[in-house]
Amino acid sequence: MRSTIQFASAVLALAALAFNAMPAAVATETPDPVADARAFKKYFTEKFPKVKLEDFVNGPYSMNEDMHRQWEEKEQFPPYDFSLEAGKEMFAKPFKNGKTYADCFANQGIGIRQNYPYFDEKEGKVVTLELALNRCREANGEAPLSYVKDEMAALTAYMAFTSRGKPFDIKIPNDPRALEAFQNGKRYFYTRRGQLNFSCASCHVQNPGERIRAEILAPALGILNAMPIYRSEWGGMGTISRRFTTCNSQIRGVPLEPQADEYRDLEYYLSYVSNGLPISGPGARP
Amino acid sequence: MIRKPGMLKSLGVVALIAGTTAAFAASSEADFKAAYAAAEAANQEAGKLRNQWTTTTAALAAAKKAAAAGDFDQAVASSNAAEALAKASIFQATSEKEAWKAIEIR
Repeated sequence: MRSTIQFASAVLALAALAFNAMPAAVATETPDPVADARAFKKYFTEKFPKVKLEDFVNGPYSMNEDMHRQWEEKEQFPPYDFSLEAGKEMFAKPFKNGKTYADCFANQGIGIRQNYPYFDEKEGKVVTLELALNRCREANGEAPLSYVKDEMAALTAYMAFTSRGKPFDIKIPNDPRALEAFQNGKRYFYTRRGQLNFSCASCHVQNPGERIRAEILAPALGILNAMPIYRSEWGGMGTISRRFTTCNSQIRGVPLEPQADEYRDLEYYLSYVSNGLPISGPGARP
Repeated sequence: MIRKPGMLKSLGVVALIAGTTAAFAASSEADFKAAYAAAEAANQEAGKLRNQWTTTTAALAAAKKAAAAGDFDQAVASSNAAEALAKASIFQATSEKEAWKAIEIR
């Protein structure tokens, strides 16, 4: 019976795909990040004319007044406070060789969250904050942390906190590989995947503010500014890696490995199009 | 006995269903292995496209579990379902190479 249902689902999915494939309007092939970011902001500000630009970073809490009140109340005793404290301690604690995280980052790692991810021209790839933290550990003889668990969330929570209010400032250097990474991230964002045939955009562009079961979907604009987040649904903190992999499995797609090139490029794209919006992490979500 | 016009036809359909069922019931370990290999190959192809589905993985696991229990009918059925799902995920990845542009914000 179960296999029959799965088989039928596959047939339905194929039918849906065939339908969706029909209106394949062709976009211009040359990436133009500046125009993309402008169009992105215009789309969301026109869709939600009452929401101030900087408020989009509050995700579902920016979508209506009741939710906004809930957020204000939550911020009185934020559920990410424990993680923030833990992150601060971890950040300051020396590695076995005596060095600390601060030695790996510009400005000792304070107030720099808004510059991540960046395109590393030497490596030819996008480097995220989570990746940079683990590279820092490995360079100092420490084992890397899980990208989806509490310790990584605590470290990024602390670093985000020191950048609160600073606008995202993601750069795309004059390097065709950087432009390609941006374009790959964009493609990933709009590509439908999983048996449910959803793209990131299906929820966060086409349906922000709407409910999916009990959740109110967040707009894609500013969606990474609040990361990492405490999610009541998870009963704990979540990194950007956790958010991406969970999104994939929720639509019945097998997640890629955390920090796969695709996810790094996706983070680059999503962060760039939110340039100018303030870092608000760590955040809390229903 | 009053013979109704459609009766013979109905009996034929019943026989056909019974025959098909008998054919399914005859699934062997070799049938399972062939069906599973086809499903696994399709899922690997989906993996190369970075687009595997969790339901394919679950159907493959169900096929293996059924085979381990000696239920080759179920094992073949689950393998066939896995292959269908994997092929759908390949179709999705292939069509999305261009289709994603249709929903892009411009």
